[in-house]
Amino acid sequence: MTLIESSTLAAAVAAIGWINWYFFVAGRQTTRVAAGAGGRQDVVVRVDGGYEPSAIQVVAGRPVRLSFDRVDTSGCSEEVTLPDFGIRRFLPTGARTTVDFTPDTPGTYVFTCGMGMLRGRLVVTRATEA
Amino acid sequence: MEKVTLPVTGMTCASCSTHVQRALEATPGVAAASVNLMLHNAVVTFDNTTLTPTDLVSVIEQTGYTSTLPQPDRTALDEQDAQDQAQAAEYQDLRRKAGVSLAAAAFGMLASMPLMGSGAAAGHDHGAAPADPFLAWTHRVIDPWLSAALPWLYAIDRAGLAWALFVVTAAVMGWAGRHFYVRAWKAFRHHAADMNTLVAVGTGAAFAYSVLATAAPTVLTSRGVAADVYYEAVLFIIALVLVGNTFESRAKRQTSAALRALAGLQPKTARVLRGGQERDLPLDDVVVGDVVLVRPGERVPVDGEILDGASALDESMLTGESLPVAKRAGDAVFGGTINRTGAFRFRADRVGADSAVQRIARMMRDAQGSRAPIQQLADAVSAVFVPVVLSLAVATFAGWVVLAGEGSLLQAFAAAVAVLIIACPCAMGLAVPTALMVATGRGAAAGILIKGGEALQRAGAITTVVLDKTGTVTEGRPTVTDVVVAPDADLDDDALLARAAAVEAASEHPLADAVVRAARERGLALAPVSEFSSVTGQGAVAMVGGERLVIGNQALLVGEGLDASALAGAASALADRGRTPMFVGTTTGRPRVFGLIAVADPIKATSRDAVARLRALGLDVVMLTGDNARTAAVIARDAGIDRVVAGVLPEGKVAEIARLQAEGRVVAMVGDGVNDAPALARADVGLAIGSGTDIAIEAADVTLMRGDLGGVATAIALSRRTMTTMKQNLFWAFVYNVVGIPVAAGLLYPVAGVLLSPVLASAAMAFSSVSVVANSLRLRTIRLGRDADDIPVATPASKQQAPGCCGCCEVRA
Repeated sequence: MTLIESSTLAAAVAAIGWINWYFFVAGRQTTRVAAGAGGRQDVVVRVDGGYEPSAIQVVAGRPVRLSFDRVDTSGCSEEVTLPDFGIRRFLPTGARTTVDFTPDTPGTYVFTCGMGMLRGRLVVTRATEA
Repeated sequence: MEKVTLPVTGMTCASCSTHVQRALEATPGVAAASVNLMLHNAVVTFDNTTLTPTDLVSVIEQTGYTSTLPQPDRTALDEQDAQDQAQAAEYQDLRRKAGVSLAAAAFGMLASMPLMGSGAAAGHDHGAAPADPFLAWTHRVIDPWLSAALPWLYAIDRAGLAWALFVVTAAVMGWAGRHFYVRAWKAFRHHAADMNTLVAVGTGAAFAYSVLATAAPTVLTSRGVAADVYYEAVLFIIALVLVGNTFESRAKRQTSAALRALAGLQPKTARVLRGGQERDLPLDDVVVGDVVLVRPGERVPVDGEILDGASALDESMLTGESLPVAKRAGDAVFGGTINRTGAFRFRADRVGADSAVQRIARMMRDAQGSRAPIQQLADAVSAVFVPVVLSLAVATFAGWVVLAGEGSLLQAFAAAVAVLIIACPCAMGLAVPTALMVATGRGAAAGILIKGGEALQRAGAITTVVLDKTGTVTEGRPTVTDVVVAPDADLDDDALLARAAAVEAASEHPLADAVVRAARERGLALAPVSEFSSVTGQGAVAMVGGERLVIGNQALLVGEGLDASALAGAASALADRGRTPMFVGTTTGRPRVFGLIAVADPIKATSRDAVARLRALGLDVVMLTGDNARTAAVIARDAGIDRVVAGVLPEGKVAEIARLQAEGRVVAMVGDGVNDAPALARADVGLAIGSGTDIAIEAADVTLMRGDLGGVATAIALSRRTMTTMKQNLFWAFVYNVVGIPVAAGLLYPVAGVLLSPVLASAAMAFSSVSVVANSLRLRTIRLGRDADDIPVATPASKQQAPGCCGCCEVRA
């Protein structure tokens, strides 16, 4: 194996490692939402080529309001779906669209764009765990 | 300039509002700001080219107060409309960009012809294979012809041509392809990757290599690597992906055509009577309680109840029922339906989001946004897809370099780019949702509202259909079927019915209602009644016109000392046919029996055909009823059902369904949605038969708006076809990637010498997602068996519709 070949191999292994670390491990911190007035758990999600925050922790049994604040114009992000809650909304650019629901069962639920490419997680915990 | 009103909360004093106002006014791009302490809002006029309402919200929030963007108050149809406009704009944009990039790619291909020869002419060895077989092939085909036709092109300095290509490519990337890079970068910042990432990295790498070959070719040639440029590949990839996106955008718009059709139903204005004057008002201005006028041929603007006038209305757009429905004062009318014959006035009861058409639209949008469980695999794969493909591309490059030696750097590079470009996460993402959207739309057009993907998937697996008898198989309304006059009674049918009805008018029994209705339908006058008394479980007795009338069963007659032996044979024959005979007699003067009236809950004209269709689908059909076994058996025989469970109490229905499920069957329960709610909920799929446009049936997975059983078979057939389509889509989306990626990586090269060009890879990728959407769109036109929404069935339905028609007509006919 020549120097170029071996260094290519080493670089490739490093690159693959980095890719998997970056997309699967890094940036996975969860935003915990505190209940506001009336017990409602309010969170604003910025939609700009992705969801910010993309992992949201809420407590089961209390109403949740996700306000999607869409700033990008990509057709990909024009809809948000919460399939487990039977919710689909069109998100007009430059406006805030709210989605209200109450998760009753603890678990991890996803919210995605219409095609499932942009993804966010909603982690619902028991009231006692929070 | 744009004006927006933003809520501002937390302001308690005038200095707070001044603070916010100053902050807004100091923001570049804000022309005017007015903050109102009492109204807790800010009215801001701003330059919408430099600022967005979101920016204004953050300006306000930086002052320490809170604000939100104005809430769009939208109905489902408004949402659809806004989405349509956004999609139409996107489609136009994509089409323009695709056209221009295709032209640029054609130019790029011609201009690169003289350059392609350069490597060979300069004596470079490209290695065993051309780096891009497609471009090498085009070169072989076009080059001789082009060099003869445009010799001047070949006379241009090669470096000059390369730089010209660089400029064109950079321009196309920066304009038509800009969104790939912008979106890829935004996703990257969120630790996410999508199709844009793949296109951006693939074309970006090819472009970077070409720039290096153009600006510093010696860096490459000194290492024995050809300094070829791949600008035309970049151009072609961008152009073909855009062409694919354009087709996809158009096809995706068609998947929501059913909702769009619903949006088109509502007229823009309503003719409203206000202050004694007729005024044409925009629909949004119509309020509950308004009196609205509708002329023949017009669409009903909102939901309401007819005050006066009569007409026949075409409600097919809501219920799928193709024949017009007769309506008169007191009947409900629905926005979006077409008034066929008469003029009428009605009072608006439900407007805006409350109206039937809007609720149907909301249900459809919610259903289309739901997820079918079959999608889980696709979801799991697409969540990791792009990072895995990026890793595979890197591995491909390293694999080539290591296995084929460093001289194959160019092929290694081309193969890695091909892997990035051919991988298509879109087809997987589109496979299930597009089929679901088309299917729910197709169902709604036939009067079938499916709650969501999960309901649809379960409906596709049904093996047994349980039908509730009353109101589902039958009309649910007892009707007089026979009037039999005793041989010695000196009166006719009408006189017998009129006497019976006079007594029964005072009764509240359901069978009594049938008698009174039959008399009214025949236009008979009812004499006043006195001294009415009902005998529980037997019948009633009352004085009518000085005559003491007795109406009831055999036990009542015996108690009154009446002899009905002359009618015993007729009564028994009717009972055998599942009808309930009621004797009518008098004890005034000579005690005698006038005759008998038979009442039955007739089966719906459409039930028999519907059951036959269910059986044709290979389904077991079971009927549940609280009736006695004899009546139930008759109904079941008439309807063509061979399995009956009679004498079931409402709670027994749930147990019966559980029992069927325990046998391993997937059970659908069909009921009216009110009395059967627990059974509907227990079944794997609950189908509720709505009456007219009563669509808010909570317990049901599927609502049949047409009010007959015909929709059950259609719903199941549609669900089965949709599941087939989803599986086909998923299969091809997976197979495409599973086959495409290894071929692009060059796995076949050692065996068959096959290498995939990145340009062909981009064409394949564009085609794969378009083909998935196109396959889903086929659901719009598939035939769902002998189906009333395909072929208007005139005979049975017209029987139902004919005015004044009852069971008697059927029997006599």
